[in-house]
Amino acid sequence: MSADKLIRMANQIAAFFATQPGEDAAQSVASHINDNWAPPMRGALLDQIAQGAAGLQPLVIAAAPAIRKPKPPLPQA
Amino acid sequence: MKDFIIPIKDMGTPARVGAPVTLTVDGFSVTVPAGTSVMRAAAEAGISVPKLCASDMLEPIGSCRLCLVEIEGMRGTPASCTTPVTPGMVVHTQTAQLKDLRRGVMELYISDHPLDCLTCAANGDCELQDMAGAVGLRDVRYAPGANHFEQRGPEGKNPAWLPKDESNPYFTYDPAKCIVCMRCVRACEEVQGTFALTIDGRSFDSRVSTGTDSFLNSDCVSCGACVQACPTATLIENSVIEIGTPERSIITTCAYCGVGCNFEAQMRGDELVRMVPWKEGKANHGHSCVKGRFAWGYAQHQDRILEAMVRDAITDPWRVVTYDEAISFAADRLRALQAQHGVDSIGVITSSRCTNEETFLVQKLARAVFGNNNTDTCARVCHSPTGYGLKQTFGTSAGTQDFDSVDHTDVAVVIGANPTDAHPVFASRLRKRLREGAKLIVIDPRRIDLLETPHIGQAWHLGLRPGTNVAVLTALAHVIVTEGLYDEAFIRARCDWDEFTDYMAFAADPAHSPEATEALTTVPAETLRTAARVFAGGGNGAIYYGLGVTEHSQGSTTVMAIANLAMMTGNIGRPGVGVNPLRGQNNVQGSCDMGSFPHELPGYRHVSDDTARGIFEAAWGVALSQEPGLRINNMLDAAVGGQFRGLYIQGEDILQSDPDTRHVAAGLAAMDCVIVQDLFLNETAAYAHVFLPGSTFLEKDGTFTNAERRINPVRRVMAPKNGYADWELTQLLANAMGANWTYTHPSEVMAEIAATTPGFANVTYQMLDERGSVQWPCNDAAPDGSPIMHVDGFVRGKGRFMRTDYIATDERTGPRFPLLLTTGRILTQYNVGAQTRRTENSAWHPEDLLEIHPHDAEVRGINDGDWVRLASRAGDTSLRANVTERVAPGVVYTTFHHPTTQANVVTTDNSDWATNCPEYKVTAVQVAPSNGPSDWQNDYAARVLAARRILPAAE
Repeated sequence: MSADKLIRMANQIAAFFATQPGEDAAQSVASHINDNWAPPMRGALLDQIAQGAAGLQPLVIAAAPAIRKPKPPLPQA
Repeated sequence: MKDFIIPIKDMGTPARVGAPVTLTVDGFSVTVPAGTSVMRAAAEAGISVPKLCASDMLEPIGSCRLCLVEIEGMRGTPASCTTPVTPGMVVHTQTAQLKDLRRGVMELYISDHPLDCLTCAANGDCELQDMAGAVGLRDVRYAPGANHFEQRGPEGKNPAWLPKDESNPYFTYDPAKCIVCMRCVRACEEVQGTFALTIDGRSFDSRVSTGTDSFLNSDCVSCGACVQACPTATLIENSVIEIGTPERSIITTCAYCGVGCNFEAQMRGDELVRMVPWKEGKANHGHSCVKGRFAWGYAQHQDRILEAMVRDAITDPWRVVTYDEAISFAADRLRALQAQHGVDSIGVITSSRCTNEETFLVQKLARAVFGNNNTDTCARVCHSPTGYGLKQTFGTSAGTQDFDSVDHTDVAVVIGANPTDAHPVFASRLRKRLREGAKLIVIDPRRIDLLETPHIGQAWHLGLRPGTNVAVLTALAHVIVTEGLYDEAFIRARCDWDEFTDYMAFAADPAHSPEATEALTTVPAETLRTAARVFAGGGNGAIYYGLGVTEHSQGSTTVMAIANLAMMTGNIGRPGVGVNPLRGQNNVQGSCDMGSFPHELPGYRHVSDDTARGIFEAAWGVALSQEPGLRINNMLDAAVGGQFRGLYIQGEDILQSDPDTRHVAAGLAAMDCVIVQDLFLNETAAYAHVFLPGSTFLEKDGTFTNAERRINPVRRVMAPKNGYADWELTQLLANAMGANWTYTHPSEVMAEIAATTPGFANVTYQMLDERGSVQWPCNDAAPDGSPIMHVDGFVRGKGRFMRTDYIATDERTGPRFPLLLTTGRILTQYNVGAQTRRTENSAWHPEDLLEIHPHDAEVRGINDGDWVRLASRAGDTSLRANVTERVAPGVVYTTFHHPTTQANVVTTDNSDWATNCPEYKVTAVQVAPSNGPSDWQNDYAARVLAARRILPAAE
């Protein structure tokens, strides 16, 4: 999964929720990513954040603790 | 209409709505609505008054004088088609005087008609023939004289004789057989709304005319309404000329756009003779377009692949194998990939062209057999933002109205849609309403044909810069809130008032005013203000939108802005209003309903919803993943990264239809097992290892769900040429991978859908047979289905206003790429063209053209028809230019129907923030003169040719 693309996508999501009132924007960003991103994509994003989060909006970084960590994939039974 | 062979009762004149009026016809008492014609009242009583120029699809004109009747207390013999009923009226339809008059009229008609009935294409299917019989015509006393049907007269060539016009590939116009009933002219005006036909000359010189030298060169859009209306062989389908008259008909549903027209497939044996739009069809009411009526020849096209094929590598030629071998090859490879690379390394793409039942099974294959949620569909690249945006605001991922709703619309707002080309039958219905006085607001970078509707009333074109939808819609909201035009009572009753007050404060910000955003959007502030006032204050306001809304980086935000506008003006929950996404594909609504998305089970329930998952786990007997799967674009990204290795694609050509072709090609090439199931070796198949032959909509049973949530039956009219319907192949693959599916008919799949999906709970094939169609939700709460949604309250409870801030796309013009490219569809071709390019429709649109404004063309030295190079940061291609003022300066436009053009080589991987719907509608490009096809196009052509090699079968 290309890191550049995931960063761009995460920043786009953050840009939308940053405009919304009242709610916890970081939680909204995390929920959107949890609901729509497959585990490997979330894992790759969390890796980016762990590696210094270059290029990521602060709101994405703030959302990171609420982004569900993927379980390690199981081999086919 | 031509109803002798396959009778469809024609009531003579259109139905009316009014207070009941009782009258007597030939001694029978009959009660009909006020305004009904005497002819229709007689038909209601079971009495068919002879007629030629009347039809219940058209307003009566009283021209043929055959439908004369006697009415007590009324002088003379009035035409029953133009005489409205009155209370207590006493009508006689068959008297000595009437019989004489009718016979005299018929004698005149027949005196100028060739008596070649036995060899005439309409023999046995001709209303003139029927009427001659009905009135008892036995003799024609007129001596030979001036006529229109003899090529040569006593004095040489007959100047009144005109040759046949065979320019249209689908029908023939034979002036010699015309009785000038004007049904064709009226059908073109009233039903289709094109006004391509007229009557030239007067009296004996009267001729049907296109105003040009031929039908093909005229304004005619080949919808066929005139052919359907013609009572004789004057306008007749070429297929009837070639084959003969049909002997039975089967009601089915068109497989092109999301309008979902019902058709009678008229058959002789197992040969399809013609498709005639079904008058009882709720979406189309007996009308169709050139695609649905005529462009079905692809089903018999020689390019169809009818045998399964496999190959070890995509550089090998194809090997024809048995289905068993192909299915085991595919199953073994997929299982091996999962063993080596993990459960999540494979996935499916369901088809929005196939049936609900087929789509349901493909997503079930991923969830229940693959054990992951890696399923997606082409709705990803078209209306996924509609699903997301409407679910957030209204609570359900679908349009709010039925198509009949347009008959009650006072102001139609059309945003980013081109209905005359992409949804032609809906466009005809909208045009009819516009002619009746409804107002039109078009928000589109292009000046679409709807704005050129003949006899249109007031219309406004907000010709915005591509990519600024949100700014324009928020500016409309600004005007509505700052000028106090919102519907407070509706909002207080139906929406969350606090959220509205927040939105009001947001929209009222002067930064969102039309004046402030004009420089950005290029929409004149005063025009925008007028449009806002008209929409908010003009009665029933309905918003219709297409992919010009969704295919942007802010597609989902734009859908929310549309929902906001509908809610704040109270335009929800009754006929004539609503939010109406015009769906591109025949079953894109259905494929979304059926759980094709990686995060949603059938019925739009999130995969993490334990209750919903439990229902399917119980029904399927397996544990299901609660993690969202990969979307199409994520699959391709993961494939390039090496984590995603196998894909089963049913009926979708992602290489041609998805953006950034090079990236799609790289993703496909990186996979170890690509299974393509399609009618043809499409562009994607160049990267496939297994090819499974698909079946057409004519060859299987099932259902499609159209843009108005209408579940329409699809019925098998002929056996599948490839031996299997698509759902059967999916079942074979599933079982080869260890499933134990035992479906014997799609009705069993529908039963499973109904048992697991609340909106479909009461849907059965028996119900569809009885009612013709039904709109979901259809369950105990709505046993008759739901033509209009959110009537008493929103599905989510209170309607939700969401802020819609404009955020510019990353795709910007600059010195290298100074123009903005936007893409779309044209009438005669359909999407990637796999079907329409294999029909005579290519007579109208043999290649994709680049529309460019004269100013932009001139500074680049480009003339109309020149080859030009179209380049973006993603890639470049070459095509011919069409210099036109239809696009604004700075904007260029093309279609994507032809693989030789490959418009998607140029489009980028930008996408909607919420759904990853690609940003097809905005690409920064440069255009320059060119000598011909680009290197990519030449390489591609060679590569495709190599990829399509098939080894000769072993002897």
